[in-house]
Amino acid sequence: MGDSLFLHRLQFAFTLIYHYLFPVLTMGLAFLIVVMKALGLRSGGERWNDAARFWIRIFGINFAVGVVTGIPMEFQFGTNWARFSRYAGNVIGHTLAMEGLFAFFLESSFLSLLVFGEKRLSRAGHFAAAVALFVGSWLSGYFIITTNAFMQHPVGFRVGPDGSLLLADFAAFLFNPWALAQYAHNMTSTVVTASFVVAALGAFYLLQGRHLEQARLFLKLGTTAGLISSVLVAFPTGDTQAKQVARYQPVALAAMEGRFESGPRAGLTMIGQPNVRERRLDNPVTVPLILSVLAFGHTASEVQGLNAFPERDWPDNIELLYYAFHIMAGLGTILIAIMAVANLLGWMGRLEKSGPMLWVLMLAFPFPYIAVIAGWVTTELGRQPWLVYGLFRTAQGSSPTVHGGTVLFTLLGFCGLYFVLGVLFLFLIAREIGHGPSPVSPRGEAAHV
Amino acid sequence: MSELWYAIAVLMLTAYVVLDGFDFGTGALHLFVARTDPERRQVLAAIGPYWDGNEVWLLAAGGALFVGFPKILSSGISGFYFAIFLVLWSLVLRGIAIEFRSHVNDTIWRRTWDLGFGVASILLPVFFGAALGNLIRGVPLDAGGWFELALFTDFSAKDPVGILDWYTVLVGVFALAALVGHGATFLSWKTDGPVQERTRRLVRPLHGVIAGLWIAVTAATAAVNRDLLAALPGRPLAILLASAAAAGLVTVFVASPRGRDRAAFLGSSVFLAGLSMATAACVFPVMLRSISDPALSLTAYNAGGDPTGLRTALGWLAIGLPLAILYFVIVFRVHRGKAVAAADGEGY
Repeated sequence: MGDSLFLHRLQFAFTLIYHYLFPVLTMGLAFLIVVMKALGLRSGGERWNDAARFWIRIFGINFAVGVVTGIPMEFQFGTNWARFSRYAGNVIGHTLAMEGLFAFFLESSFLSLLVFGEKRLSRAGHFAAAVALFVGSWLSGYFIITTNAFMQHPVGFRVGPDGSLLLADFAAFLFNPWALAQYAHNMTSTVVTASFVVAALGAFYLLQGRHLEQARLFLKLGTTAGLISSVLVAFPTGDTQAKQVARYQPVALAAMEGRFESGPRAGLTMIGQPNVRERRLDNPVTVPLILSVLAFGHTASEVQGLNAFPERDWPDNIELLYYAFHIMAGLGTILIAIMAVANLLGWMGRLEKSGPMLWVLMLAFPFPYIAVIAGWVTTELGRQPWLVYGLFRTAQGSSPTVHGGTVLFTLLGFCGLYFVLGVLFLFLIAREIGHGPSPVSPRGEAAHV
Repeated sequence: MSELWYAIAVLMLTAYVVLDGFDFGTGALHLFVARTDPERRQVLAAIGPYWDGNEVWLLAAGGALFVGFPKILSSGISGFYFAIFLVLWSLVLRGIAIEFRSHVNDTIWRRTWDLGFGVASILLPVFFGAALGNLIRGVPLDAGGWFELALFTDFSAKDPVGILDWYTVLVGVFALAALVGHGATFLSWKTDGPVQERTRRLVRPLHGVIAGLWIAVTAATAAVNRDLLAALPGRPLAILLASAAAAGLVTVFVASPRGRDRAAFLGSSVFLAGLSMATAACVFPVMLRSISDPALSLTAYNAGGDPTGLRTALGWLAIGLPLAILYFVIVFRVHRGKAVAAADGEGY
């Protein structure tokens, strides 16, 4: 099963990362659309409503791709991870089913009202549709994070007579402390992503000299929400998340930091290359004491290294885990810096005239996506070699009757399908950007073409 | 508890068949009954507000099976691995065809997506029907409750079987006919003008075909799975549901020519629901039938989920299900009346 296990993992990782490119934007954008509709309600004018209408169209295209790429995710628990589903289905089946019941029905019902219902609904009614969609998409995020949190830090279960996991304490499972921290960290990161996208388009229109009024709104909302959310991603949410890893997955923390030796007064690795064979970090640049403080709150705190753990419990790709974590943390820092400078210029009234800053904002939007994906790669590789942490190894979880060649076939199928889907998506998004924001039509939809 | 969850899963799957069923039927028909772009937009406007929500019933039913019968879901879905991906890819095609079509006002672009929508909507009912055929015929389960199936073998419906054989393909064709008929009653109800005229003309002939295929599939089922029909006389619920299905079919024949389109659609819905649930009532408690040794079959009793966890699930189900139904009522009320093709570039 060795080869096929790798292919099962690769297919799940590929389809999941691809899928998540869309909800990461729609979840953050759902929040910003609520903000735009609220500002529109308060100010009474049409400016914010026009802005919201444009972003609802962008939302709609992203949402459609998110839906169609999301359905395969649900099914792959069964197709590719059948032994895992049998082992943990009695527990994680709850959150996966609840996502459909509580989130998807809400989203699918209110999306058409939000997209096509502006003239049929009152201003407050349309605002309510935006709120419903926001609640639906953030609930969906919560149920998925809870499912993942159970795999990271299983709580609320007992072991049944046949060895599979059963639900023992529903509240403990649903309000897993790991889930709460991860949810806060993840959802603020979706707002960062959406803020950078909104700001980038504002900068683009300003540089083009088109849609100037809307461009200023995008820039203002994007940089304000971007600064707040990118700070919140690091502190307190990222910090809390890191402390949980230190507490519950010390071996993952050691691998993320490329740390082999244990000891107090641990330094934080800024750069360096983990050399797993020689069990050392090559060419390290570290900040003294900081890791002990960040992980446990005190310079004297002992931080364990990989050598303190049996090698069979090490994450199986320490190099990728280390780099993914450092890319996430490094980009997170850069994103805060970009938004801080943009807000400073904005406060001085010079942002709109600052060409270089507009260029930076316009071109920076891919980096939150990369940071988010790197963060998830860190989370999932840090969980290895376990599928359910400390209980069930990844190697035990794949489907027993599915051959490696079959998985390779479907993986290649996904590559082709998703390539075409990506081209179509970019084509449609580029068209929307080309049209730009437009006033409402008599029937209530954004009019163009 | 096993009986209850079996019923819940069957009800949710039935909701999926009835609701997404009219999307599939509409998609399969629209290439033929809607010829111009405004007519096709009218068809898409008819299902546009619903299709995504309808599809969620599949995920919700899958979730209910996951919680209620994890052992059955895991072996079933991994055993049908390749067929599942064909279904998933077709669902991807169906979804983007509906959503992407309206964004560009170009004849070739729109006809391409119409074709994709049509082809996916024809393939999916066949796949789902064939899946049901596999469950009725049985699969080669091993002692651990796992199986693997080739896509096809010699089409004989005898061990060694494949996913496709004469019986499962026949059930697939029956499912396609039933859903196309269902879509025809839906379009007659929700559209007007030429599209309504054309689909109305199709309702009765289509349901004639459906009635004929129903008899053929019943006879074929008797040959492939003797237990199923043998169990029927002792199962009043199954007889009741099958009678309801027949009554639904008769309703379509009576109501459609009199222009009572909504009654015909409801009749078609009762037919599909009755038929799905009658089948479920006949095979109970077997969920994954072993083709070789009945002792290996996975049933609601020997593969049921943990009762404590399921009691918890009843709690959230009691909150979530009424909410979901409420959303559907809201959407159907907001979009009541005939579907109107949106002006160009606006929506579907």
